[in-house]
Amino acid sequence: MAGQTNHELSLFSAEELEFIAEDETVDIVPNLKMGPLNFISGDFGPFTPQIVTQVPLWLAIALKKRGKCSIRPPQWMSVEKLTQVFEAERESQEMSDQLPFHYVEISRLLFDHARDNIPDVHMVRPLIEDIRNLRFHKVQTDLEAFNGRTIAVKIKNLSAMEVNIVRPFIGRALQAFYKHDSPELIPDPERVSDRRPQDVNNAPRRQLRR
Amino acid sequence: MASSSGNEGDSMEDYEALISTTDVELLKRAWRNEKAAPEVLRFEFQLISRLREQIELMEETIQDKSTAATDPLSLSLYQMDLDRTLFLLRSYLRIRIQKIEKYMFHIRKTNELWNRLSKDEKEFTNACIEDLKQHLEESVLSKLPENYQSVLKQSVTSGEDDMVPEPQLDTFVLCRSKEYLTGIQLEDGPVDDRQFPYSCMNLFCSV
Repeated sequence: MAGQTNHELSLFSAEELEFIAEDETVDIVPNLKMGPLNFISGDFGPFTPQIVTQVPLWLAIALKKRGKCSIRPPQWMSVEKLTQVFEAERESQEMSDQLPFHYVEISRLLFDHARDNIPDVHMVRPLIEDIRNLRFHKVQTDLEAFNGRTIAVKIKNLSAMEVNIVRPFIGRALQAFYKHDSPELIPDPERVSDRRPQDVNNAPRRQLRR
Repeated sequence: MASSSGNEGDSMEDYEALISTTDVELLKRAWRNEKAAPEVLRFEFQLISRLREQIELMEETIQDKSTAATDPLSLSLYQMDLDRTLFLLRSYLRIRIQKIEKYMFHIRKTNELWNRLSKDEKEFTNACIEDLKQHLEESVLSKLPENYQSVLKQSVTSGEDDMVPEPQLDTFVLCRSKEYLTGIQLEDGPVDDRQFPYSCMNLFCSV
């Protein structure tokens, strides 16, 4: 199969992406008193009621689930900021750099576990969905610009989830182009019925249909 | 190769630099690199042995805490942290084993790759090779004519070991630049996420 590599090794599952995102820091407001936690991954706390503390997202969610804290949504998750980002995305073909790398995973985790801590959640959620759709649409248009001469593809400010979705496609598509598009001139297959010597077609070779 | 770090502002970068010195963060980086690279990378000897010690220590601590009847909340949080670290470690080791299983003959033959394995992995590779050879010889090769019985070559007349699969070093990889780079190859303007053939990565690369 064209461009077949061991792609299954290099893919992150959605859960693994979430795992990576869970190390991002968030603010919480604890409602309990607890001593410092000396984890392998770092030291956090001590926790005092009503005093804002920074912890990794996985810890925040664990505490929230047990009713021991409330999570402060990050600054970029406000209606105003998101509307701003949405407008910016609509106006330009480039991707906005206002959103953190893991915005999809972080917002999903917060929606699932800390809805009550997000002001205007019924507006925030659709905004984020719209932004996601807009961005992904741009990625799709960028990808359509591939041809056999593409050696490298650049896209600015992609987020983690978007990268992961296109990763297998980009790899295999480029690989297929690399493999099939040789520098030799390839005659256009549709002119085969012509008896005269063919004009050679310099355009990138089309993918053969099965 | 998917390298990553924040590029959202200076304070984030300092913070990232700070936490990137924890062993768990280094393990996460090694895990990502191993996942993205088509060939097996150098085993992180020191990192893994440090982590193993920390994990054992943590397991003992949790053991002690649970018998001393400490607050179950903090106990479960310690356990969660331990589980997360263990997951990273296991996944890292598993990916390497998967690659070894795929390319065992090639790794055994190539000194550079062979030296990237840990001692346990080397034993594993040798055992795997022996098993596979034995299996192939008993089931197929002994029944083929004389000149075609080698595990490594198609026939005695082959110039090289053409039955040995090698990782494709020209696959495309995604990389994420840590800083603003001025356009290198073809595209003009600032580049951020890019794709290169993997063999070029050895020039630029960081880990």
